[in-house]
This record gives sequence, C-alpha cells and structure tokens, in this order.
Amino acid sequence: MSALLSVSDAHVAYGKVEAVRSVSLEVGANEIVTIVGANGAGKTTLLSAIIGILPLRGRVSFAGQDLARLDIEDRVAMGLGLVPEHRELFVTMNVEDNLELGAFRIERSKAKASMERVYALFPRLKERRKQLAGTLSGGEQQMLAMGRALMGEPKLLMLDEPSLGLAPIIVADIFRIVTELRASGVSVLLVEQNAQAALKIADQAYVMELGEFVLSGKASDIAANERVAASYLGFQHEGESAI
Amino acid sequence: MNTTIMLFLVQDGITNGAIYALLGLALVLVFAVTRVILIPQGEFVTYGALTYASLAAGQMPGTAKLALALGIGAFAFDLFVARKALHGRLILRSAITNIALPAIVLALTVYFTAQKPPVVVSIALSLVIVAMIGLYLYRVAFQPLAHTSVLVLLIASVGVHLALQGLGLLFFGAEGQRGPAVLSGAFTAGSLRFTGQSLTVYGITIAFIVGLWLFFGLTLYGKALRATAVNRLGARLVGIRTTLSGQIAFLLASVIGALSGIMIVPITTLYYDSGFLIGLKGFVAAIIGGLVSYPLTAVAALVVGLVEAFSSFYASNYKEVIVFMLLIPVLLLRSLAAPAVEEDKD
Repeated sequence: MSALLSVSDAHVAYGKVEAVRSVSLEVGANEIVTIVGANGAGKTTLLSAIIGILPLRGRVSFAGQDLARLDIEDRVAMGLGLVPEHRELFVTMNVEDNLELGAFRIERSKAKASMERVYALFPRLKERRKQLAGTLSGGEQQMLAMGRALMGEPKLLMLDEPSLGLAPIIVADIFRIVTELRASGVSVLLVEQNAQAALKIADQAYVMELGEFVLSGKASDIAANERVAASYLGFQHEGESAI
Repeated sequence: MNTTIMLFLVQDGITNGAIYALLGLALVLVFAVTRVILIPQGEFVTYGALTYASLAAGQMPGTAKLALALGIGAFAFDLFVARKALHGRLILRSAITNIALPAIVLALTVYFTAQKPPVVVSIALSLVIVAMIGLYLYRVAFQPLAHTSVLVLLIASVGVHLALQGLGLLFFGAEGQRGPAVLSGAFTAGSLRFTGQSLTVYGITIAFIVGLWLFFGLTLYGKALRATAVNRLGARLVGIRTTLSGQIAFLLASVIGALSGIMIVPITTLYYDSGFLIGLKGFVAAIIGGLVSYPLTAVAALVVGLVEAFSSFYASNYKEVIVFMLLIPVLLLRSLAAPAVEEDKD
C-alpha cells in the first residue's frame, strides 16, 4: 500500500540557510506519525513546507498526487490540513463562524454534520460557540484550531506543537483526541517537543536534529532508544515536566 | 447665521457625508482584505458618473472599451500563469469572464447609446462597466503584487490612479458633465427643501450599509472576506483563496465608487479629475476609522461632510484645507494612543 503522504529528499531554505536538509518521511492511512526534536530543529519549517507556505526542494506527494505545483488552498481542498503553532484563528469572529469557515472548501450540506462531529469531540466549543475566538483560553483556542481544521474533513491532519503552553490536564485531553482521530480514519502528523507524550500515542516516529532526521522507526523502539531517552525524555517522569 | 441656513448646511453636509461614508467603507474593506490603499477609488467615482452622464446624453463612453482592453490584459495574465499546466476549463472560464463579458457589455453599450437609453439602463450599464474595470484592474495591477509590502502596493495604487485619470481626460474631455436626476421632484418640510436626488442618496447609502452588514455577517463569502482581513494565513489554511477575496473586495469597491458617482453627478458638475478629491475625503474618514473600523469610518464621514458644508459657508476658500486639517489632530491622537507598530511581513 502506498503512503498517504510521502516526502522524499526534501530541502527547505530561508534564503541561503538550509533549515531542513534531505529529509524523507512517510505517513500511512490511519497512522499517527510524530516528529520529535529540540527547539529549532526544523520541525515547524518542514510542516510549513509540506502545506506550501514555504518553498520546498524535493518531492512531496499526497494521496498519490504530486503537490509541487499546488497552492496551499488546493492542498487543503485535497484533504491535507495544518494546525499551525500560532493557531492563526480569526480572533475577531466567534467560534461558530471560525468553524463554519473551516468547511469553506467542502459542500454546504456536509458542513452541518461536520460541525456536530467537532462539537461532539470538543463539547467545550459548543458551550462557547457565540464567544469571540480571541477571548478564549489557550486550551480552548487550540481546540478551536483543531476543530476548524477538522471541519474541512482532512485525510491527514498536521499538528504543530499542540501542547505548547497548555496546562497538563488539557494536554492529556488533546492527546486523547488525537488517538480518537486515528480511530475515525484521520491520519496525524504530530510535531512535538513533549516527546514522551507524543511517542506514547504514535505509531511511527522520527527524531530531528539540526534540520535532519537522525533516527526513525517504530515509536515504541524510539522511546526505548537510549540516546533519545537521554536527550529528549531526560529524567522526565509521567505527569511531571522536565524541570 | 439663522436656523434655516444652518439646517440647509446640515442637510448638505449629511448628503455629502453619506457619499464619503460609502467611499470610506470601500477603502477600509479593500485595505483590510488586500492591504492596498485604494487611491483610484476616486476614479471609480468619476468613471461611474461620467459614463452615466455620457450614456444619458447619447454619447459613447470610452470606459466600455477600456473594460474590454483590461479584460484582455487580465486574460493574458491568466494564460501566462497557467502556461505550464493548461487546464481547458480554467482557461474557458477566464475567457468568458475576461473577454466575452466585456465584449457583450460593449456591444450593449453601442446599441443603447444610439437610442438614448432610459435612466435605469444607463445606471445598470455604468455600474457593470466600472465593476469590470475594478475587477480586471485587480487582476492586472494588484494580484501579481499581492505578496509585496504595503509600500509597493501603494506605489502601484498611485500609478493606477494617474493612469486612470489620464484615460479619463481622453474619454470624457476636459469639460465637466452633469447627469439626469435618478429621482426628480422635490418636497418641502418646514423651511427645508428635499430634492428627490438627495433622498435617493440617503436611501441608497442606508441600503448599501445594511446590505454590506448582512453580507459580512451572514453569508459564507462575506465571512471569508472578513477572515482574510483578520488573518490571511488562517484564511489560506481553510482553503480561502486570497485572490478570490481580493476580487470580491475590488468588485465591491468599484461598484460603491460608481454608485456614489451616479448619485452625485445630478447634483454637482463632475470633471475627469474631480474623483480624486472626493475619494480623498472618503480617505480622511477611513483614516479617522484607523483603516479598520467600519462604524467609526461612517461616523467620521458624516463629520467630514458637515465640516465641509460649514467651512464652505464661513470660509469657502479654505474649505478643502479645513477638511484635510481634520487629519492632523486625529493622527496626533492616534500616534499618542497606540504604541508604534512595525509592519508585519506576511
């Protein structure tokens, strides 16, 4: 079976500085794949290039189609979704409008059912549906960003640091929902600094350092790898932060 | 000054203010969505007004030809962009909107000019012609620059303004024109006399503002336009094309401009270059609204209209000076109230 998303020999540069070098990765159907790595390793840059915000040298194909000539909007319409690190919500619009716009590229008749599904996944959003997105708490904004992306019925959702700056209880909630997504047939490409939590739910994992993948394999094997344990999992214990 | 004069000035100020409000709203809309400061907004006003006046007088307006020429230019841009992957359907659609449509409108214009069309037909033709010019201008002059800085877009905007003004002289000549009233007749209430035309101005302005409010609040495309204004990247990530939002914004701006022109050309004589000053007053209102707030812009536009009316009574030589001086205290207050913001580079 061919992979849903396949990236081969990708290079991404800011001017002359290459932030991502010769990276290859695959995400299959119904799979959670995580990329872990330190701050500045190039994880966000890679996701931005896959969705089309940054130019990428190399090959990217999604659902068997080459993405090279497609704009962001076309990639989104094909079922590739990104929840960016800064969420990029429509802060002066209410929750419901944000979600409605998430379904901009799908049929209007399907949007209604889509919204019910999102509300079922994030009951908190339903309670706040008339509230302006900018007035939500950080966790709620993350839920809204994920909900908005799910409104477009993506086949693959890319999440960039969904746990950043959120309280542990909300982080647990978000990771639970990521596994639910896989159960409902959505693949997830998860970029996380919280390596421990990410490796626990992922099927496959890549470790990124200074713009390159230094390790890849089954998530459980990566979690057991001594080097990874030393540099990313540290002396972290369950439920506690590293420091 | 007695009450009658004051009431008369207030009435005059509100009529003009209503027009400035429409233009100011269009400027805010275009800036929020595309980051273009639309200096040619004034040309949309003169083009609309003078196309209407020419048609009513049985003369062929050159703007219909300009629309076709710009349409061909827009089609050429579409072809150039699609040169690597020629999609038959996309090219056909581009040919229909950019070439077939203005060609049909040109034919209709030629046909109707020969037989002095009724007012309604003149208005409809003028609106369509200017709307097409606005749409194609976006494709030719602004869409290719969409990713550049506000400054580059402003320079392009000035260029378009100068070009359109020159073409306006070519099409309509140096003499001013007046058009027939949309609604003739008048009635008096106390010492005030309301003409049908000024009532038309109020009615259309209010209808347009309500219409825009409904469009932005209730429709998916209206919301998409707001979303693009709030967060361009966020909009792209849900699949809203920046170019689509830009096209809608320019279409609305050109229709608003043309409509304003058609409403005032029966009241004042307009010349090929009158639009700039009218647009600039809408701009003053938009600046007072910070180029973001619609309600503040509408209120500011009424203030601009009133200040203009009263200053033309007390110091008619200085009326423009006084209106534009409104900007200085406003900018001063704004710069004191808001911390310095660097232009974001998206």
